[in-house]
Amino acid sequence: MPEPFKRPKRKNPIVRTRLPTLPPGLRSRVALGLTAAAARGRFELQVCRDCGAVQYPPREVCRVCLSHRLIWRPQDGRGELLSETVLRVAQELFFRERLPWRVGMVRLDAGVNVVAYVHENVSDAPCRVRIEAALDRAGQAALIALADDRRRSVLSDDPKLREMTCDPLGRKILVTDGKSVLGQAAVRALAAAGADLIWIGEAEPWKKIPGFAALRELSAAKIVPLDLTDGRSVQVLAGEIGAKVDIVVNTAEYHRTFGIAARRGVETAQLEMEVNYFGLLRLAQAFAPALKARAADGPTNAIAWVNVLSIFALANYPAHGTYSASKAAAFSLSQTLRAELRPAGVRVINLFPGPVDDEWDQLELPPKLSPAAVAAALVAALKDSVEDVYPGDVAQDWLARHLDNAKALERELSEGNR
Amino acid sequence: MARTGYDDVVLAAPVTVPYVRFSIKSAHWFLGRAVAQLIAAAKIAKARIDGMAVASFTLAPDSAVGLTQHLGVTLRWLDHVPMGGAAGIVSIRRAARAVQSGDAEIVACIAGDTNHPDSFRRNAAAFSQFAQDAVYPYGSGGPNTSFAFLTSYYMRTYGAAREDFGKLCVAQRSNALKNPSALFKKPLTLDEYLNARLIADPLRLFDCVMPCAGADGFLVMRRQTAEQLGLPFVRLLAAIERHNAFPEDPVQYRGGWALDCDELYAQAGIGPDEIDFLETYDDYPVINVLQFEDLGFCAKGEGPAFIRANTFEANGTFPFNTSGGQLSVGQAGAAGGSLGIVEAIRQLTGQTLGARVAEARHGLVSGFGMINYDRGLCSGAVVLGAA
Repeated sequence: MPEPFKRPKRKNPIVRTRLPTLPPGLRSRVALGLTAAAARGRFELQVCRDCGAVQYPPREVCRVCLSHRLIWRPQDGRGELLSETVLRVAQELFFRERLPWRVGMVRLDAGVNVVAYVHENVSDAPCRVRIEAALDRAGQAALIALADDRRRSVLSDDPKLREMTCDPLGRKILVTDGKSVLGQAAVRALAAAGADLIWIGEAEPWKKIPGFAALRELSAAKIVPLDLTDGRSVQVLAGEIGAKVDIVVNTAEYHRTFGIAARRGVETAQLEMEVNYFGLLRLAQAFAPALKARAADGPTNAIAWVNVLSIFALANYPAHGTYSASKAAAFSLSQTLRAELRPAGVRVINLFPGPVDDEWDQLELPPKLSPAAVAAALVAALKDSVEDVYPGDVAQDWLARHLDNAKALERELSEGNR
Repeated sequence: MARTGYDDVVLAAPVTVPYVRFSIKSAHWFLGRAVAQLIAAAKIAKARIDGMAVASFTLAPDSAVGLTQHLGVTLRWLDHVPMGGAAGIVSIRRAARAVQSGDAEIVACIAGDTNHPDSFRRNAAAFSQFAQDAVYPYGSGGPNTSFAFLTSYYMRTYGAAREDFGKLCVAQRSNALKNPSALFKKPLTLDEYLNARLIADPLRLFDCVMPCAGADGFLVMRRQTAEQLGLPFVRLLAAIERHNAFPEDPVQYRGGWALDCDELYAQAGIGPDEIDFLETYDDYPVINVLQFEDLGFCAKGEGPAFIRANTFEANGTFPFNTSGGQLSVGQAGAAGGSLGIVEAIRQLTGQTLGARVAEARHGLVSGFGMINYDRGLCSGAVVLGAA
């Protein structure tokens, strides 16, 4: 059995901080279908619409009937580990710095071979395994052979595969707003997941919110002033803790209901943009450079950036029209942030929850997500090596409708058909 | 319909541009030297060569076409054969038909590559779309990964031991020591083989071919042409090639030879018993064993027993990779697919550089190439006969 992760010793300040290296990130366009699915935590392969044959590696035409109608479909990943090796020599720096690597060839029951990383828990070939897809540090899909009955969250049990995750265990985390019910839930969930230290941002100290004071009792927590609408506040905090933060969790948001006609003026919408969009921008400008610089800083390196967005970022929900727009803006900006952090191996994770059981979604009909459920999804996203998370039934439903027919979803939402 | 035989097609003028571990030259240099050596060996003017088959991994951005201008040759028949370790065999097949039909009179078959310190990584990273998408990102082991899978599977399935592979490698080294152009100059003991450093379990250092720079070449023509030129030659008795054989086999435990072996011997008019020596494609020893089996020297799975029952030096019970093979000479990229061919021509024309197989009349040369994803896709073989 693998050794459980142990908190590393304090870093020797004289030792040079290593620069990040990445596994090879080059993929053909068609192979990015695997990445698209892995980003959502799914293992999908192309399946021929005409003859049903499963395909791998990704390709343009069916290996059996030559049909060009190949569609990505979820796979159960079950198969047999036929052969394996332990690589002791590697061509790429990323692998060379982490030798040895256990790699295997797996025959899926679906009839194709995949080359995959093999989890330490898997016994020697031949044996039954289950393939899962996760994002590697280059942000591309990597296939992993797991012991048949184990769940995905075992990635962290394997020291090599742990690097694919952003496991909060032992890490120092900034939660930008710890005061909202969602922020409080996030802090508690991260503390329970073994975070080493959580800085809890507080924008308005005069505001007393139930439950917030209790966070001071958490041994790993530290409340710090942080107001995302104030560039100076963001910079001051970055100056103090920026070089220590391993994970940024941006929970700060400003949320009001209504669209265009129900309000006069733009002040509310401006505030939404100030927090949800410009706040993210200020935060990214202040904290991203230090994250990049520490992306290879040992076993508790800087590793992830989490944005709590909203499913309304995907398609405008007129009843929360200006809020939707601000979240769409934040979503778009997060893609820039991802493009800038990916070369360092720092993952940008976006959460797109449906309506949350809080004050500003009061009039939304159930099902609604409890803040704790969003927080649990956040921790799972960090552990599971994914990038796009749609927690809850409503978010899943919207996503499915969006992927199926984005225009239809727009019409449905405009008719109040949530 | 029965295939047309190769009648009076012959191979002549084997040349080797000396192998070096690394070179600052480009592939054009090695291929150009090969052509220069070919016309010198055949004592012909450059203009007499009217056909060319070219194999190289490092010629990019050029192909065989660019090489014609680079070398200043005017050809009426040209082929680029991007099939790695099978390129030499495939070049023979194509050139043979060209000279038979009169499309060309003298075809230069050349294969070669340069090798820089970073070449192996570059080649492995971009070897094929499938390799780039689905193999290289898993540890960047290149062919070591793929052959570790095949070797491990073969050992488990057929009971081969490390000592079996080691015996082949040691015998090849013994052959190589007599070959002045081999890059490996020191004897290899079984102990050294068994205890070498691990590369990709179960593969250790001496299981893995050493990339280098170099080129090999030979001429294909009709017998009459060779006789007019006064060139020693060998006859092409039979030839096979196959691509993507047995796609449903979960792991490659046999190559395309198994499909075409009977036809090879039928066309040659002789059986495996009458083969005096075998030159296989040997970037890793397991693939030798597949060739023993699939080319009819022993049954499937009997490779280990076959190895234990034979000696493989040039003067042994089963003369094999008599120049030392790639594992002891070096792998000059695509030239690896021609190493066995030039050696077989030398053996059968009495021009050996090193160890000589006594009274050899027939030699079998096989090729294997292109680990596109999880297996080698190209296989081929020729039977050559002394004049």
